Amino acid sequence: MRIAGKGLIDRDTQVSFRFNGTSYVGHRGDTLASALLANGLRVVGRSFKYHRPRGVLTAGSEEPNALVEIMEEGQQTPNTRATVQEIFDGLEARSQNHLGSLRWDLWSLNDLAAPFLSAGFYYKTFMWPRAFWEKLYEPAIRRAAGLGNLSPNADTAPYEKAWASCDLLVIGSGPTGLMAALTSARAGADVILAEEDFRMGGALLSADQVIDGQPALVWVEAALAELDSLPNVRLMTRTTVTGAYDSGVFGALERVGLHRAPDAHLPRECFWRITARRAILASGAMERPIAFPLNDRPGIMMASAVQSYLNRFGVATGRRVTLYANNDAARVTARQLMAAGVRVAAILDSRPDASAVEDCPVYLGAEVLETHGRHGLRAIQGRHTGGEFRLDTDCLAMSGGWNPTLHLTCHMNGRPKWSADLAAFVPSDGAVPGLVAAGAANGSFSTHGALSTGHAAAVQAMADLGLTAPDLALPTAEDAPYRLTPLWSVKGKHRAWLDFANDVTTKDITQAAQEGYTSVEHMKRYTTQGMAPDQGKNSNVAALALLADATGRGIPETGTTTFRPPFTPISIAALGAGGRGKTFAPQRFMTSDQASRDRGAPMIEAGLWYRPSYFPKHGETHWRDSCNREVSYVRNAVGVADVSTLGKIDIQGRDAARFLDLVYTNTFSTLPLNRVRYGLMLREDGLVLDDGTTARLGENHYLMTTTTAAAGLVMRHLDFVHQTHAADWDLRFISVTETWAQFAIAGPKARALLNSVLDQPLGDFPFMAVGPVTVGGVKARLFRISFSGEQGYEIAVPTRYGEALFRDLVARAETMGGGPYGMEALNVLRLEKGFITHAEIHGRTGAFDIGMDKMVSAKKDCIGKRMAMREGLNGPEREQLVGLRCKTEFGSGAHLFTQGTRVHRETGQGYVTSMCYSPTLGEWIGLAFVKNGRARHGEDLRLVDHMRNTDCLVTVCNPVFFDPEGGKLRA
Amino acid sequence: MPELIAKTALDGQGALTLIGTTLAPVDLGIITSIAPFAGQVKAIDTALKPLGLSFPPPNTTAASGAARLVWTGPDQALLIGADAPDLGTAAATTDQSGGWSALRLSGARVADVMARLCPLDFRPSAFAPGQAARAQLGHMNAVFWAEKDALMILTFRSMAQTAWDECAHALTALAARAGA
Repeated sequence: MRIAGKGLIDRDTQVSFRFNGTSYVGHRGDTLASALLANGLRVVGRSFKYHRPRGVLTAGSEEPNALVEIMEEGQQTPNTRATVQEIFDGLEARSQNHLGSLRWDLWSLNDLAAPFLSAGFYYKTFMWPRAFWEKLYEPAIRRAAGLGNLSPNADTAPYEKAWASCDLLVIGSGPTGLMAALTSARAGADVILAEEDFRMGGALLSADQVIDGQPALVWVEAALAELDSLPNVRLMTRTTVTGAYDSGVFGALERVGLHRAPDAHLPRECFWRITARRAILASGAMERPIAFPLNDRPGIMMASAVQSYLNRFGVATGRRVTLYANNDAARVTARQLMAAGVRVAAILDSRPDASAVEDCPVYLGAEVLETHGRHGLRAIQGRHTGGEFRLDTDCLAMSGGWNPTLHLTCHMNGRPKWSADLAAFVPSDGAVPGLVAAGAANGSFSTHGALSTGHAAAVQAMADLGLTAPDLALPTAEDAPYRLTPLWSVKGKHRAWLDFANDVTTKDITQAAQEGYTSVEHMKRYTTQGMAPDQGKNSNVAALALLADATGRGIPETGTTTFRPPFTPISIAALGAGGRGKTFAPQRFMTSDQASRDRGAPMIEAGLWYRPSYFPKHGETHWRDSCNREVSYVRNAVGVADVSTLGKIDIQGRDAARFLDLVYTNTFSTLPLNRVRYGLMLREDGLVLDDGTTARLGENHYLMTTTTAAAGLVMRHLDFVHQTHAADWDLRFISVTETWAQFAIAGPKARALLNSVLDQPLGDFPFMAVGPVTVGGVKARLFRISFSGEQGYEIAVPTRYGEALFRDLVARAETMGGGPYGMEALNVLRLEKGFITHAEIHGRTGAFDIGMDKMVSAKKDCIGKRMAMREGLNGPEREQLVGLRCKTEFGSGAHLFTQGTRVHRETGQGYVTSMCYSPTLGEWIGLAFVKNGRARHGEDLRLVDHMRNTDCLVTVCNPVFFDPEGGKLRA
Repeated sequence: MPELIAKTALDGQGALTLIGTTLAPVDLGIITSIAPFAGQVKAIDTALKPLGLSFPPPNTTAASGAARLVWTGPDQALLIGADAPDLGTAAATTDQSGGWSALRLSGARVADVMARLCPLDFRPSAFAPGQAARAQLGHMNAVFWAEKDALMILTFRSMAQTAWDECAHALTALAARAGA
């Protein structure tokens, strides 16, 4: 319930939201947890394993109990911490991990079976029969155990990722962080202040303290106003720094739109990568629970959370509150409750020697041994130095002391060190280069300690950066000593929870130790302590203290498990922002793209490029109808195809020819001017990298063409060879792929079509010639090359003229009985000629395999030559390129077998790489690799394709089906 | 005889202005790559003198009037806004005019838009006029240089639409935050 006059919420603004289908009202400035508590809801979820009713434990991101599902249209986001989720109008949340209603969860039967469900239970019980584990036991356990449910739909909401740079990253905006930020901002440093909460101020928002004689908030607001006014400061709220990485890089998750109704353009979250020259960890500390019997009932909370709900949210978490603590600091909570008019039943101090002077009953040497209340705390029982007690109470505020929030200092393998004074781990110096922890994160728990160490850390960081922090008067604040006597657990006849999120009790830890899991890492995995979404933030230190006790070792010797990124859970969608759907990879469009789409061509992806598959015409019912027609254009008239996607690399310099001789298997230094030559390129391991044509445009000037798919790869290869094998050779190369739009014009009427567009009719222009031409005054390059076996040309114009030339060429071709052809026809044409693509040079084939071993020049060395000569790469044992023909359809990927042998991988003779229906030959043809294939032309092999259920005979033949003498392309 | 019409990759695409920041396609006209051969930078500087330019050191640009020379890699720069002088055998040159698509991002939030697209720090304090960089734009390779109050972005022409979409998306999301 709300307390009048308390809290930082906006009482004038009501916010309505729904929880488990019921409408509630809260205020702007409320979290879901504070709003539910204000509405008197105590049970907000069910526990992981035993399905016990659970309530809000904390007021921060470490919350282990109050995990809810946030519902949106078609979406649900599970495991959202109600202590972090801000309410907004229309927010719909529901509790998770129960069968039936939250109040009457059928799975809570598990709690009755608790004696059997201790650590290692599943491992021991569901051993037999073995096959049942995967099919029966595990799915059943998984369904009953656990967390919220994901939506079955893909998350289509917008997410974002971003980078930031700064001189100093300050993590946390409590007194330490604000002081550090002020100090460094005044020094002129470029500062980012990142705060996980939606409001800056850290513990000062909850603690109701005095700084410089005024309420702490006055100081906070003044500091923030100054920081906000400075151009060198960036304030980032709702931003959790989740990881520390090499070179001063920090990961951070910003909740951008999670506190508002969804918006089409507003990202839900943004994942930041912040590069900081220095960082100050001012993340404060987390209060730790006490593992006393039945300590998990709704209403049992952290003392600091009770204080936070009181002072920040104006919510009393109970009508009769009891405080149970082992330290002085926690008593502030009881005093503030009383001052606000909330009745405090008693202060239970575990220390026999603590002060008993308070305005309420104080029990010293106290131990809570039993709690009552099925759906929320009603009463507690225990003993103290003076006897036993039973108290009616509906809220127990517990404090077992504080752990510095040092997780980030461990992200690069740093190990924290044990401080016996604080009974806590503190960060090791230098654990993350450039980062220092200050304030409570470094064990300075008073506000004065926070302000002074925050200031000192900033002064040092500024000095490291060569900046001078101006003198600054340290504000005055409380500096109470931190007095505590460790209290990890209270023994009793009931279970005492350590890890609320994963339902791990003190008994599980001692049992793990008894069963030999004495290493902290083994204990963790055996009991699952620390493996829930809160990653053991509330339980790690207590668990290992108990393990230390059970094994007779000290805490420092027992050590901690490793804190790894992320500090709090990060949605995968945020990490993957910018990589979903079309944004997964760039789309590359040719200049003819619109013209092809205008003709209804379906576009297919080739690498990142979109190319027309075929150009359908009215009346055609199957893509093959269109393909056959386009093939016949080229064989009988003239066809036009956009081939701009092929890689083009301009190579110049005195050593250009020598360089090409090194990267190609064949010789290019002997290539005459204005001529083109086909070249084969090997990888360093001797297998084929790529093929293509290279033209000699000048004495020291070549133009290399690569395949579409390998354009980037070849560029990288050339760079590598240049840098590692030919560093002092004088040559320069650059991609000109994008500079030229290039079109293939092929067929018996190709020359006639060309002559109709060229400014000067073509003179003698033999096969494999290259030369400059002009089209409508535009300078162009003409190549006489053919990938179809017909008389073929490729004309290249500057890209900006590409679309115009394509449309013009196609229109002219159509008047000549031809037209455009797409990738399908292009593939048929090349297969009829036995020309290879990356379907054949797929990375496992050598020059010998594709029948091009004679292209590896004996007169010179080349990249890959020696390795290609290795034993086993050049003989009858190799699968060699052959042609296949068949009267019926077959598919690529099919395997080939000698007739009469068993169909088995060990008897396989080879496989099909490409196939098509050849309208020219009137049968199905393909390319394949067959063992000793060149000696087996004429043999019938059995083709088996389990994927397509094909089983037929194919005839092995020469891979060149059409015009093997090449008369047509030279015509 | 055909009359070939020239078209840029983002032909017809208007500018997008949100939160005081404008994304607009730009036609840079003639672009020539200049790659000096070993020991030839001096000769090239002499040849560039009439344009008022000299070969730029790494990660910088040289500008004079409309002409600009942008460093794009080791021994490589793009000459923009001027016909290339005859460099003889001192350098390898290629026409790159249609190969690149240019976007101009100007206004108050340039650095914030770019923070969504590229790891480099594009705040004026870190990337001032005269500086150039070769870095990623989303998943694409890009060339960047700073002008007064604006950032120029070059990507491969074929990827122009994706470059536009990525930049426009980043700007739109930023504007949605401003409205939040």
